[in-house]
Amino acid sequence: MSHPEHKDDIGAKLGMWLFLFTELLLFGGLFLLYAVYLKRYPHEFATGGTQLNWVLGSANTAILLTSSLCAAMALTALQRHEMRRAMALLGATIFCAAGFMVIKYVEWSAKIGHGIYPGSEHLKAGPPGESIFFSLYFLSTGIHGLHVLIGAILLAWITVKIKSGEVNGDNYILLENGALYWHLVDLIWIFIFPLYYLIL
Amino acid sequence: MSEQHIVSNKKLTCIWLILLVLTTLTVAITRVDLGGYKVFGALTIACVKAGLVIAVFMHMKYEGKLLRWLLFLALVTLAIFIGLTFFDVLYR
Repeated sequence: MSHPEHKDDIGAKLGMWLFLFTELLLFGGLFLLYAVYLKRYPHEFATGGTQLNWVLGSANTAILLTSSLCAAMALTALQRHEMRRAMALLGATIFCAAGFMVIKYVEWSAKIGHGIYPGSEHLKAGPPGESIFFSLYFLSTGIHGLHVLIGAILLAWITVKIKSGEVNGDNYILLENGALYWHLVDLIWIFIFPLYYLIL
Repeated sequence: MSEQHIVSNKKLTCIWLILLVLTTLTVAITRVDLGGYKVFGALTIACVKAGLVIAVFMHMKYEGKLLRWLLFLALVTLAIFIGLTFFDVLYR
């Protein structure tokens, strides 16, 4: 730091966590909707759930867990003043994010190709429970996917800041908060995966 | 800067391996027919995984009382709104 700067890292982290709590409640609401409709339409949900590809879902789970590991290791590297390593690990995180989105794209386009998307004729003709299941599936994975995109862009921006030296081993709160956001994305998927792909 | 907590790569890798094992376990128990137990099992494992991610990856284990209590408050809020909704849904 060439000049004294007003900084409050504890406040920054507190603010980030408060934001993450609102995210938890947002996805909590979606899980609540899922639970209530599962109670009402157990058979239709089972029919819907078995149409999802659990192998692709498992692959995405492994990819997101690995990306979270890379993000956490990037913070460790930065705190140890290993800038190159931190940037490489963030690159790996973003690479995983891209892999996740590619698999998500394959899954979504397969479903849409079969005429399964919110408001489609195929779903309108079927039982209402199945239509609700797929609407919730697209809503939850869609909002989650949006978070993956935002998280990847955020981490890319932080990588640029590390490269320029603005974020460094003595000033790493930005990466700490960015990594927290990324772990939240992982956290949400840990629940989406069994609920939609496995238990039905 | 408050006191710095550096989590070692070894510890992070250990947690990652445990998370992968737990994922495999979730898939395994939901592929066999356990009836209602598989929902309970899968969600219990998901909660354990979430706990590990929050505690180690998100450094909650090394945070002070304020953040821990706030997390507790957020989770209690979530539990209350899910719990109260089900009072309505189950006994309607």
